[in-house]
Amino acid sequence: MDTLLSRYGRNPHALVQILRDTQDLHGWLPRDMLVRVAHELGLTLAHVEGVAGFYRFFHTRPVGQYRVLFSDNITDRMLGSAALMADLCLRLGVKPGELRADNRVSVEHTSCTGLCDQGPALLINHRHVLTRLDAERVARIAELIQAQTPVPDWPAQWFHVVDNIRRADVLLGTPHQPGSAIAAALARGAQATLDEIKRSNLRGRGGAGFATGLKWELCRDAQGTSHYVVCNADEGEPGTFKDRVLLTRYADMLFDGMTIAALAVGAKQGLVYLRGEYRHLLEPLRAVLQRRRDQHLLGLDIQEHAGFDFDIDVHVGAGAYVCGEESSLIESLEGKRGTPRIRPPFPVENGYLGQPTTVNNVETYCAATHITLHGAARWAGIGTAKSTGTKIHSVSGDCDRPGIYEYPFGTRIGRILEDCGARDTQAVQVGGPSGVCISAFEFGRRIAFEDVPTAGAFMVFDRSRDMFEVARNFARFFAHESCGFCTPCRVGTALVVKRMDKLAAGHGSRHDIEVLFELDKLMHTATHCGLGASACNPLRDTIAKFRPAYEQHLKSLHFEPAFDLDAELSVARTATGRDDAASHMKSLP
Amino acid sequence: MTNASATPPALAPAPAGEPGAVFSLDGEDVPFQLGETILQAAKRAGHYIPHLCWHPDFRPHGSCRVCTVKINGRAGAACTVSAAPGQEVESNTEELNSHRKTLLQMLFIEGNHFCPSCEKSGNCLLQATAYEMNMEGPHFEEFYPDRPVDASHPDILLDFNRCILCELCVRASHDTDGKNVFAIAGYGIGTHLVVNSESGKLVDTDMALTDRAASICPVGVILPKRRGFAIPIGERRYDVNTVTEPNKQEAS
Repeated sequence: MDTLLSRYGRNPHALVQILRDTQDLHGWLPRDMLVRVAHELGLTLAHVEGVAGFYRFFHTRPVGQYRVLFSDNITDRMLGSAALMADLCLRLGVKPGELRADNRVSVEHTSCTGLCDQGPALLINHRHVLTRLDAERVARIAELIQAQTPVPDWPAQWFHVVDNIRRADVLLGTPHQPGSAIAAALARGAQATLDEIKRSNLRGRGGAGFATGLKWELCRDAQGTSHYVVCNADEGEPGTFKDRVLLTRYADMLFDGMTIAALAVGAKQGLVYLRGEYRHLLEPLRAVLQRRRDQHLLGLDIQEHAGFDFDIDVHVGAGAYVCGEESSLIESLEGKRGTPRIRPPFPVENGYLGQPTTVNNVETYCAATHITLHGAARWAGIGTAKSTGTKIHSVSGDCDRPGIYEYPFGTRIGRILEDCGARDTQAVQVGGPSGVCISAFEFGRRIAFEDVPTAGAFMVFDRSRDMFEVARNFARFFAHESCGFCTPCRVGTALVVKRMDKLAAGHGSRHDIEVLFELDKLMHTATHCGLGASACNPLRDTIAKFRPAYEQHLKSLHFEPAFDLDAELSVARTATGRDDAASHMKSLP
Repeated sequence: MTNASATPPALAPAPAGEPGAVFSLDGEDVPFQLGETILQAAKRAGHYIPHLCWHPDFRPHGSCRVCTVKINGRAGAACTVSAAPGQEVESNTEELNSHRKTLLQMLFIEGNHFCPSCEKSGNCLLQATAYEMNMEGPHFEEFYPDRPVDASHPDILLDFNRCILCELCVRASHDTDGKNVFAIAGYGIGTHLVVNSESGKLVDTDMALTDRAASICPVGVILPKRRGFAIPIGERRYDVNTVTEPNKQEAS
């Protein structure tokens, strides 16, 4: 513990990292451990408790020697994850979400693990990922857990994550020499490099599409004692996994891009915010960073350019989708709860530790590398006038060839469906749950900021799928990922789940659909950040485009109360040890 | 998630706020000073924009969202958005008041609010604001969360059932009392107030009845012990005033 704290210099801003490492040592975070951490870092216990209680991967109660988390994206479910999880629970004799009596194992759901092209997937002990689960593998997992075989001794091929690059365009298809883009930027000079990025009209790949060159310029021009370059690798949008592949196979392209940004904005420190689910990428990324230091691509006087000093550290998240929002991400980097800040001021002026900070997506930095090497004109010549260059898509769901597809902006959605081998397609969720649901008559629309924008997810649903269940899965996701700060998102996402569950249980009426519309309108108007504002997008799209999917769940066109008396009586039934027919309301007329 | 809300808008020059600068609130000119938020300026000019988590003595928080207004057609929290010359602000509209009512209903149903048995009834900002917004019932199904009370402290009772997560006690204890007695833990619908002590109990903190945090709560979470209904129902703050009156817009 002392070594651990010393490694971070007892820096309170490293709290999330310290809690991660502390939990690695003990499996969970006992209260006396929180007391110790608070004391050593000079923080209040309540603050540490607040941070430990915020992130889904921190546990203030025992969770077992084997902590099994099934990825709960809709694509995992479509591949049969629910039955596999039920089977594993049965074999292990544990109820979902509970710790087995011998304190050895717990099995639960987690949000999308970014392995939708090779699901169903699960995460063990927040470190190891298992892909392509099937009944046979689940049976073997149960045996290994029962035999208490340590996870690192399980069959190595189970942990193999494949890249599945199906279509490469200029970004994925052009060989890249580590450091070459830095050399090009140094030869051109900081201002000219920034001008080149601006000329390319590169827009952020995280979804919002803010002009990258302008963001860097605002950051550079903001007053501060130091400037920071941050990479948003918190790829949490369900159905998105392109950054996983970029981080695995194109890390040098990313780090070249971050170093170019450092030159442009005048930063000496870079930070990669790696989502907790990608913990398995940490050691490989650290190895790349070390090699780059050895190659003088990081550190002091980079490429013998006197005074150009820059280094990159990796910060690992702990399970919180909201940290993909850049101000929450910065809060998390500072060791706090990942609650979005009040903006303005924006991070370019007031970011990490209050200093000017540019936060960009993994793919954006990779694109900056490409532009620096091959010129703005070439990039701007690809795609459309308002959406230049290419976009990488994470394709999953009902198709023959799920994986990574890079296309120029302006590509038709139908073209992507043809290429990935999708048949009888009913709908595509573009950009993930917070994006847009596209139905068959819109497959002629194009991927572009001015038509169908996307942060990279492309989930395909064929005609066998119930789009209501898709929306319900997304509703649960948003409720699980709400940070809880503002009223409309905290309560609204929970209310949406209750209504959807009521519809699913066959108790819904038209009134419930009206209430869902009302909640959607409120959340679009009144939430503190984009998470809450977009939480009802799938709901609104699917009601508008797939209304029969909802109506088949309506048993009554009249009002039925949301209050379920029979469910409420379950406590009394448990207390009295009864579960016979006469103890249920359903036995009444 | 998409970063839509994180995008800096086309950066306009900083609000001028020179003497004489005004914005429009529901069609009336409101003068403001440099650095003021819409809510600050409106209040100073004698207008009421409904709010719960905002208090003039503390930095804005922006969590309750009850003060949501439209600024040039775009929604924002009046407590966090800076006033700027020429803004067209809508607040007292049917649409926004309807949203406010829904937000208030959400705050009621996520906790356990039984006004008739609550010592704060009549002095409660949540209750008064709900009356002002014509809330007549919970509208949604109640959540009935299980939240134990903390009666450990000799002078102060904590009834978490009524917490609306405004964090005024967190801010008051930190900013004014310098004690950090409170913090927020959990996430989503499980977000809750915690007490800073190893036992998690208030008795093991240095909180005192004279602290600002002990009197700041707009609802009935933080209450002095042994003081029940000293002012009878019917004669309390919001029995004899409405929440819209200039010096009654906050509970304390």
